Amino acid sequence: MSTTGGVPEMAPDASTGALDTTGSWTVALRRRLVAVLPPEKLLPDGQPAYVASWIYVFGVLTLTSLVVIIGSGTILALKGPGWWHDSGLGHFFNSIHLWAVELFFFFTVIHLWGKYWMSAWRGGRARVWMTGANSFLVAIPCALTGYISQQNFDAQWISTQAKDAMNAVGIGSFFNLLNFGQIYGYHVFLLPAAVLGLVVAHVLLVRRHGVVPPLPDDLRTLLDDARQGRA
Amino acid sequence: MIAAIFDLNGKPGFAHWHFFQMSVPNIIVIVLMLLVFVVALLAPFPGHTRDRGGR
Repeated sequence: MSTTGGVPEMAPDASTGALDTTGSWTVALRRRLVAVLPPEKLLPDGQPAYVASWIYVFGVLTLTSLVVIIGSGTILALKGPGWWHDSGLGHFFNSIHLWAVELFFFFTVIHLWGKYWMSAWRGGRARVWMTGANSFLVAIPCALTGYISQQNFDAQWISTQAKDAMNAVGIGSFFNLLNFGQIYGYHVFLLPAAVLGLVVAHVLLVRRHGVVPPLPDDLRTLLDDARQGRA
Repeated sequence: MIAAIFDLNGKPGFAHWHFFQMSVPNIIVIVLMLLVFVVALLAPFPGHTRDRGGR
């Protein structure tokens, strides 16, 4: 904060008592965030009538699976990667983690199909589509590194096969799939952080642009929308 | 429950037709996803009557 004659610029005005916030980055950031995503859009009162369809439910189901994955994964990380081998409770949480991942991909794929066939990038929603598609792409190595963090013969077999695959496509020098510590770090921190960041961005962009409406019934309306930049 | 009925630790069967090869569990999951997708498009949503006129 700069000063003028020893007096901070943000000191209250002597006559009005109001703060001079010129140059305050926190105030500028707050104004920018509120302008981009007003509270009534961030946490809306309701959704349009067309959202009342089962095909619009799969995004929330994917998010719910992700919450269970992170919760069960956190417990597994706290107890260590060998816990589930010698403990019934550990085996239970490992199974919860596995099946939540299965459901995550099950729901994600249906969500992706639904949004693809309704051209969900319409109406300035390109970034909504891109963050969603990329979170799916990043979630795949996130899940696959879980297979090689199991500390069993499956993990050994999969990691040696995957190592050959990485070498074959020329990216084997960037990471060593036989190095458990490195891949465990990818699985429990780096890749989940990337997935979570993309999902948060995706949800905030959905809030900003609104849920994509269904395609119009007739082709003429669709083409008119496209010509006028609404699609 | 399902694990108690079916042995999920066994070797999976494979469907093989010319160049196409896929494990039976993967085929089951893909068919289930297609089925759920179609049902999600067609099944009525509870507490909502469809208005074909409005968008």
